[in-house]
Amino acid sequence: MSVIKKNAPGSNELLMGNEAIARGALEAGVQFAAAYPGNPSSEIIGTLSQVADDLGIYVEWSVNEKVALEAAASASFSGLRAISAMKQNGVNVASDFILNLNLSGVGKGGLVLVAADDPAALSSTNEEDSRFIAKIGDLPLLEPATFQEAKDMTKYAFELSEAINSLVVVRSVSRISHARGNVILGELPQEKKIARYDTSQIFIPVAAPLRHLALHMKLNKVREMYESSPFNWYVGPEKPELLMITSGSGWFYSLEAVRTLKLKEHVGILKIGTTWPLPSKLLAKHMANAKRLLFVEEVDPFLENNVKELAAEWSPEVGSWSFYGKSSGHVHPFGEINPDLIINAVSKVMDKPYAPREAGYGQKALEMTKALVPNRDLSFCAGCPHRATFWAIKAALKLDGRGGFVTGDIGCYSLGLGPAGFFQLKTMHAMGSGTGLATGFGQLHKFGFDQPVLAVCGDSTFFHAAIPALINGVYNKSNFVMVVLDNSATAMTGFQPHAGTGETATGSPAPVVDIEKLCAALGIRVETCDPFDLQDTTEKILDLINEEGGVRVLISRRKCALVKAKEEKAQYKVHIDPEKCLGESCGCARLCTRIFKCPGLIWNKEQGKSQTDEAICTGCGVCADICPQSAIIREEN
Amino acid sequence: MNLAKDPLNLIITGVGGQGNVLASQLVGRALVRENFYVTIGETYGASQRGGAVMSHLRISKESQHSPLIPEGQADIVVALEPVEALRVIGQYGNPSVAAVVNSRPIYPTAVTVGEAEYPSWEKIKQTIYELTRKAWFIDATEIALSFGSPIFTNIIMVGALAGTNLLPLNRKKFEETIKESFPSTHVADNLNAFERGLEMTQGC
Repeated sequence: MSVIKKNAPGSNELLMGNEAIARGALEAGVQFAAAYPGNPSSEIIGTLSQVADDLGIYVEWSVNEKVALEAAASASFSGLRAISAMKQNGVNVASDFILNLNLSGVGKGGLVLVAADDPAALSSTNEEDSRFIAKIGDLPLLEPATFQEAKDMTKYAFELSEAINSLVVVRSVSRISHARGNVILGELPQEKKIARYDTSQIFIPVAAPLRHLALHMKLNKVREMYESSPFNWYVGPEKPELLMITSGSGWFYSLEAVRTLKLKEHVGILKIGTTWPLPSKLLAKHMANAKRLLFVEEVDPFLENNVKELAAEWSPEVGSWSFYGKSSGHVHPFGEINPDLIINAVSKVMDKPYAPREAGYGQKALEMTKALVPNRDLSFCAGCPHRATFWAIKAALKLDGRGGFVTGDIGCYSLGLGPAGFFQLKTMHAMGSGTGLATGFGQLHKFGFDQPVLAVCGDSTFFHAAIPALINGVYNKSNFVMVVLDNSATAMTGFQPHAGTGETATGSPAPVVDIEKLCAALGIRVETCDPFDLQDTTEKILDLINEEGGVRVLISRRKCALVKAKEEKAQYKVHIDPEKCLGESCGCARLCTRIFKCPGLIWNKEQGKSQTDEAICTGCGVCADICPQSAIIREEN
Repeated sequence: MNLAKDPLNLIITGVGGQGNVLASQLVGRALVRENFYVTIGETYGASQRGGAVMSHLRISKESQHSPLIPEGQADIVVALEPVEALRVIGQYGNPSVAAVVNSRPIYPTAVTVGEAEYPSWEKIKQTIYELTRKAWFIDATEIALSFGSPIFTNIIMVGALAGTNLLPLNRKKFEETIKESFPSTHVADNLNAFERGLEMTQGC
């Protein structure tokens, strides 16, 4: 099934950007891959994990991004090519290591870090631009603009890494990583290197200023190499009225804008794939032919500001320019860019009017549909254990009545912020921050604070970053309850296994790191519950928040409904007895459809009663426990 | 076969969990086999949590296009869910757009809760007819349930798309791609689902 391991040079395949990156690594002869999953990066290592056994490479899901890069670096130190991939937030986690690894340099095997950014935070908490790491770390940066480049640049990144003994950063964005396009495959090398650590090597950042200087010299060498790189190109007239300078996803949007506005004879596009250090001679050559520059990139004005810096040094010898882009307001400096935005930016700069469609139709289409189309809020899946846990937390905090609240974390359960989780989460930041914050709240009793604090945290997040916070709480005698939402998967990013699942990235059995025992070893009181038993879960939460002092942990354990649906049949057949359901006249305020809100339950307006949607209900049967009329019937399947 | 327009822009839309990504991949793979450039842009993040999702397909003989279709530039809309057809046509439609629409609603929580109305089937059809050049309405989920599982809805809709002849692909090319894309135990059911969908639009 997998085309990733197909040794068919010249074959034209439809690949996801992340698959293209994985393929590029394989074509470079990568032997070691490690990552913590996070969108939009997850499929890079995920794809490699599927072919690892067949191709004889090592692939792991690491406990977090810093450890992943450290593990990959060890392979480089031992002479093997290695890759690590992470989302933008992951780069922050790994940054402490990165900013020492840049000084120590890498080993004889090339080491590549793929940073996949998520403009508009489509599946993230933030939309930071991770290219900053290349600039502060003095690391070579490459930005693919096409699917073919995603593969080819990744392959080249290993060669570059070995040429200068440095970590190389390949920066992708959602619209490359998670889009699909044509890729012509290259050859898969058959040779495998033997791993050996040459003990004459030392990898340390010591004598940092000298190493910092050496790093700058390495970058100068890279700049020279970048001047003639095939990843930079220009299309357009010799003396363009407007020169668009673009990188990454901006390339296709720029092309679309020029084509749509029929400006091929007037507007040129300089596409830069090597965005740090910038190929200054190449830029000067093209900029000398233009007076007006428009920058097209996601998210921050990285290219824009770095080119402006060069322009300031060159002016007035090379020329002087009008700059358009993020600082002029032509391209907004937040969120995603898209073809419409760039078409409009070019239209404005070139004073060439643009209407996307017949004005009459466009207005009519928007008005007619807007009046009819309801919003579609994200919600927990039908049968999701998180809905049940949040239901129990809400009930327990209400019964307790002291104004208790929940600090949140990163995962599917972040939806607990909104209606899906009954608005229970009050904070959400980085991986593990819910527990870190709780340790602080748990110290505030000295200042009159008397509210119960619950930190929620997923199983994968627990291993990733919550353990140090938990230990901090124990050591400093903080007062809070941690609820581990253990659904036995890294569900948000595609069900990757982790330290608690008993399975490795490549599907072989692994020791299970037992959260209960780990907490017990810290001297913490640990309880477990099945969230589908709402009463027991609520009682346990109440009991734990009432036991004042110290850290207490509740493990709310139930397998992710989507994983479960793949593995086994639904437990129940659920239906609503129309005789028993009293609808609006019940007095329950439509508890099941208005408050519990599982998408498997719908409201039949004609009959004025609830019913199940058989195309969506997963047969978990939890709703049967909340109906005051016992109108929701569950029958064992 | 030639494209009616280059690039030809297709949007497959639905609700997270309906199999939008798989449907777009099948169509994309079949086209790449025929040496077209295909770019697919997907909505992720919302994909497993009941959000509105879209796959944009740009099909060209000449070059690779961006993974996002500009406003008003869709040529074909395939909707696995009726109001999602409206949502997409509102933003991406134009007088020459064609639509293939599944009839079965997935109610947004706002509707179930009572904060929003779900439009009537008559109103949805009437609006789609008014805003498109041609539209087909398919009871894909009902057919899928008659096979024993709603998961076939997406393949039935791919079949329905194939039956419209709006893509430069004959039925054989789709069938070959289905055979390649599923484990052997699932091929027969999916071919069957494809066939049922195709019958719904062929010659209509």
